[in-house]
Amino acid sequence: MKTLAKHREIWLLAAIVLLIAIIALRFPVFARPGNLLNVFNDYSILIILALGQMVVILTRSIDLSMASNLAFTGMAVAMTNAAFPEIPVVFLILMAMAIGTALGAFNGVLVWKLGIPPIVVTLGTLTIFRGATFVLSGGAWVNADQMSQGFIALPRIVFLGLPVLSWSAITAIALFHLLMTRTAFGRSIYAVGINPTASVYAGIDVGRTKFLAFCLSGLVAGLCGYLWISRYVIASVEVANGYELSIIAACVIGGVSIAGGIGTVAGAALGALFLGIIGSSLPVINISPFWQLAISGSAIILAVVLNARGERRQGRIILRRAEA
Amino acid sequence: MTTDTARHIPDRLDSPFRSAVFSWEMLLVLVAIAIFVINSIASPYFLNAWSLSDLTFNFTEKGLIALAMAMLIIAGEIDLSVAAIIALASTLMGMALQAEADTPTLVLIGVGVGLLCGAFNGVLVTRLGLPSIVVTIGTMSLFRGVAYIILGDQAYKGYPESFAFFGQGYVGWVISFELVLFLVAALVFWFLLHRTSFGRTVFAIGNNPIAAAFSGVRVERVKFILFCLTGLMSGIAAVLITSRLGSTRPSIAQGYELEVITMVVLGGVNILGGAGSILGVVLAAVIMGLVTFGLGLMNVPGIVMSIFIGLLLIVVIALPIIWNRLRERSA
Amino acid sequence: MSSPLALPFQTGGHPAADSTGSSHMIHTSVESPKPLPAGGEITPLLTLSGISKNFPGVRALSGVSLSLYPGQVTALIGENGAGKSTLVKILTGIYQPDEGEIRIGGQPAKLPTAHAAFEQGITAIHQETVLFDHLTVAENIFLGHAPRTRFGMIDWRTMRANAKEVLETLGAGHIDADAPLSDLGIANKHLVAIARAMSIDARIVIMDEPTAALSAKEIEELFLLIEFLKSQKKAILFISHKFDEIFRIADRYTVFRDGQMVGEGRLAGTTQNALVRMMVGRAVDHIFPERQPKIGGPLLAVSGLSHPTEFDDISFELRQGEILGFYGLVGAGRSEVMQAIAGMTRTSRGTIMLRGQEIAPRSAADAISAGIVYVPEERGRQGVVIGMPIFQNVSLPSLKRTSKSGVLRLAEEFRLARTYTERLDLRASSLSQDVGTLSGGNQQKVVIAKWLATKPKVIILDEPTKGIDIGSKAAVHGFMAELVAEGLSVIMVSSELPEILGMSDRVVVMREGRIAAIRENDGLDAEMLVRLAAGIAQ
Repeated sequence: MKTLAKHREIWLLAAIVLLIAIIALRFPVFARPGNLLNVFNDYSILIILALGQMVVILTRSIDLSMASNLAFTGMAVAMTNAAFPEIPVVFLILMAMAIGTALGAFNGVLVWKLGIPPIVVTLGTLTIFRGATFVLSGGAWVNADQMSQGFIALPRIVFLGLPVLSWSAITAIALFHLLMTRTAFGRSIYAVGINPTASVYAGIDVGRTKFLAFCLSGLVAGLCGYLWISRYVIASVEVANGYELSIIAACVIGGVSIAGGIGTVAGAALGALFLGIIGSSLPVINISPFWQLAISGSAIILAVVLNARGERRQGRIILRRAEA
Repeated sequence: MTTDTARHIPDRLDSPFRSAVFSWEMLLVLVAIAIFVINSIASPYFLNAWSLSDLTFNFTEKGLIALAMAMLIIAGEIDLSVAAIIALASTLMGMALQAEADTPTLVLIGVGVGLLCGAFNGVLVTRLGLPSIVVTIGTMSLFRGVAYIILGDQAYKGYPESFAFFGQGYVGWVISFELVLFLVAALVFWFLLHRTSFGRTVFAIGNNPIAAAFSGVRVERVKFILFCLTGLMSGIAAVLITSRLGSTRPSIAQGYELEVITMVVLGGVNILGGAGSILGVVLAAVIMGLVTFGLGLMNVPGIVMSIFIGLLLIVVIALPIIWNRLRERSA
Repeated sequence: MSSPLALPFQTGGHPAADSTGSSHMIHTSVESPKPLPAGGEITPLLTLSGISKNFPGVRALSGVSLSLYPGQVTALIGENGAGKSTLVKILTGIYQPDEGEIRIGGQPAKLPTAHAAFEQGITAIHQETVLFDHLTVAENIFLGHAPRTRFGMIDWRTMRANAKEVLETLGAGHIDADAPLSDLGIANKHLVAIARAMSIDARIVIMDEPTAALSAKEIEELFLLIEFLKSQKKAILFISHKFDEIFRIADRYTVFRDGQMVGEGRLAGTTQNALVRMMVGRAVDHIFPERQPKIGGPLLAVSGLSHPTEFDDISFELRQGEILGFYGLVGAGRSEVMQAIAGMTRTSRGTIMLRGQEIAPRSAADAISAGIVYVPEERGRQGVVIGMPIFQNVSLPSLKRTSKSGVLRLAEEFRLARTYTERLDLRASSLSQDVGTLSGGNQQKVVIAKWLATKPKVIILDEPTKGIDIGSKAAVHGFMAELVAEGLSVIMVSSELPEILGMSDRVVVMREGRIAAIRENDGLDAEMLVRLAAGIAQ
């Protein structure tokens, strides 16, 4: 009897397969491998973001500022690229990750050193980062023709049949899986979420662990800042506005407990994919894309209900023990 | 550990006056005065009855929701779906308008939809025992999603003349209907939270829901009522906003939930529950109105204002913490 | 009868061995006094000297000393608030002492962080504070020092194998190293905690009230493990309120009182009374009040009360002016029954009659208005509302009475709070003081005051004196006697035999969710109660 969490990922996977099968009954095109790979590619950024958010939520925190971080970082690299097209893209990606990490560290320091609740901190930085994007750009857009060829092309380069964007999601899933299951840092993330008091006794610095989790979600948001801008070839203040909720939704659907300590990389990734399947199937089955929001809302509510069933503490069951 | 061995225990040690002087509310009053003075110096247009009247529109609608949200947060829950409730209520009012409903019916629909949405949140949280932050992230998408399904990229326009009064009318001179409504609601909520046994149970639940339940407080019922109240106030806000704008789009009031919560936290309500006051929330609403209006007078765009709001939120919470640290270090 | 639950009032020495039919109880040489080297002959592994710790307004420890010897168990004894938990926090690196010296293996040592304490080989065993529910057993054992592969990654295979090995040395091979900890019972969690201590090669093991939630059999097994740790030359600090356990397992004692060390030495050659005198600074003779019970007719009649999983077919009667004791092992279902009577849990069958009227409370509010109140066991979690002032805590269940059509009347609340807190001799500087700033005993007085203020007919007290100091204990017992003298009826759930025997008019014994016996308390035999509770044949 493996953990319940294991089952949860399998159930989610089954739900996704079932969903694809139902759609394929009427619209076989949708289930073609090529199309499914496209869906995966389209939702790679959400997957990566959900992994970062998952780490934060595991430590009993939440990061509402990821989408704003993404917008700011994206704008910063797009403007740098527009002004200095000769700077290699690799450097810009490193820059995006550095800026993202710095913004995440700002959240983390406030949580760690001042003990302000994460929801308050990131509610504040959610508006601050997006406002800063406006200040940085003066409200102007960076368009496709202002970006360099290499900047735009990188995520689209096909390698072993898949675009680099998809590969980045796959790499992120692999790295996060290693991080969460095979490193002391990953395990301390879980420990802090499950039992902060015991973590202190086990020699884990709870505040510092949360700080590092925020740095990680910042890093991920920064990286996605570049990926988003280069994929949609437009940088504006409005980029990914409101996307923080989709990221959290992916985690919740993926079985990550908002109370901390429960959740896996596979779950978060599948949660993002689930939203992806719904989002990309709507045009295929001829439903107005305006339905998407309501459907993902219902999916979140359903997921929470199901998660709560699984997590509900069982009573002591005195009688059964007596009979056993 | 107390060392007092007297058998007679006094009611209180500090005089109420003394504790009022060193309170969060007093700090907010000082901040409000400071911003008021800065605004007066910075803009020649600020000190003018009509300017000040316009200013109040910056906080009355969100402030109405913040009053109920404050009680909900004090009880240890939260509602992120308030802006989405506004969108849904406004959309359904627009639909009723298409069916040629009269003004009273429109108001009834707006308020009623708000109440029902709040009750829906309340049922999910209290009946199924789900965490409110996730539930209301879900219903936030659901409510606004339904508005999108109904409206798509369209808009409802052409609300009747008589309907315009709620968001645009004045009760007398420069005193708007919205302001009067906000002040009356503030009084009602102040009384409810600080002067009734219902309010007392709200604090008890926020501090220790289990002990409250053992003490005979009907925790789930109180929380359900609070969700309904928050929905109701969102419905009222929907009527005001729709009336003020004269139109409904599904993107109406986008992002309001965060501003409302900022207002509540700035007002000294503990985001973790158990503490807070209506006076603080009212003052925070006024401060946010002053900041945004002052910046507006200086032609600062709205998005940049949000930086100030965000910073205000963090700084106002961080400063007392840093201040206490420094004081401890020197002691 | 050597059950650890038995006979806390016997003086000193070791309980005589017996044969109760429980073959699990392996009697080791501890049963007989054994020769111990004199204090000077072995060098202590850890010495604390002159340790002081101040908190704002409180001197928690002043110049205390403590020595722990390898291969010996030192019992730390003291009332609540004597400074024991502060000392544990200093030893585990959570608090820093203001003055004093720590020496480990003769060398001066500093424990600036929990991690530093961990690296010095100091570990605390307390299942709530060291273990992680959703992690596996293996990981719980190795968290923070997991074996690594060449690439610095956690080596799960080695970790699992090592975990199995450690568990097997402890005779706990039945525990699956891959199972999530949440699947384990409390006793097995203890084993995991001890396995963790073994795995970090702890030299100093602190056991803070380790037997609190264990059954008699589990306590016996724990003691065998402690013997094993002793044989491994670990130095053990054993903190307990139960003298029978201390005399059963410990070699030495150290007594704290009001933040000071008031005595230490070898247990052989001292008596329980001597220790109690040191603890409280006076000899405690009459803990239980004398009373002449005036018992009237039946007030509360419970019949056939059942719950799908927790208890079955519970029937008993409570009479006017009676104290009805509910005895049983921890986890026998007593609290669950009481919470059902008080409206907190739903039942599947059965009736509750109060004065001949059937009541079916669906919430605590229903029960309170019917006149039944439940004073819960977990004071901090279920009793007081920390963050609110004393008077608001007291008035909370009585708000209907102190308010007028829903509007608060502060003067009424203060009057109510004053009446009941002064009657219980509460020590507080004002009624507007946050209840969280009071000591445990005074918090308990607020909790009792709050439920008494509802003017109940039946008051159910669940472990009313658990974890409070002896002075407050006596106050609570005296007050119970007063209550029944006034015609109130009391149900007292207690796991402490002296309390059950000293206070009850009748005793209900529960075992595994069912009633095992109901007896009049006239010269009741303590051993028989223990046997009934444990299900041992007569």
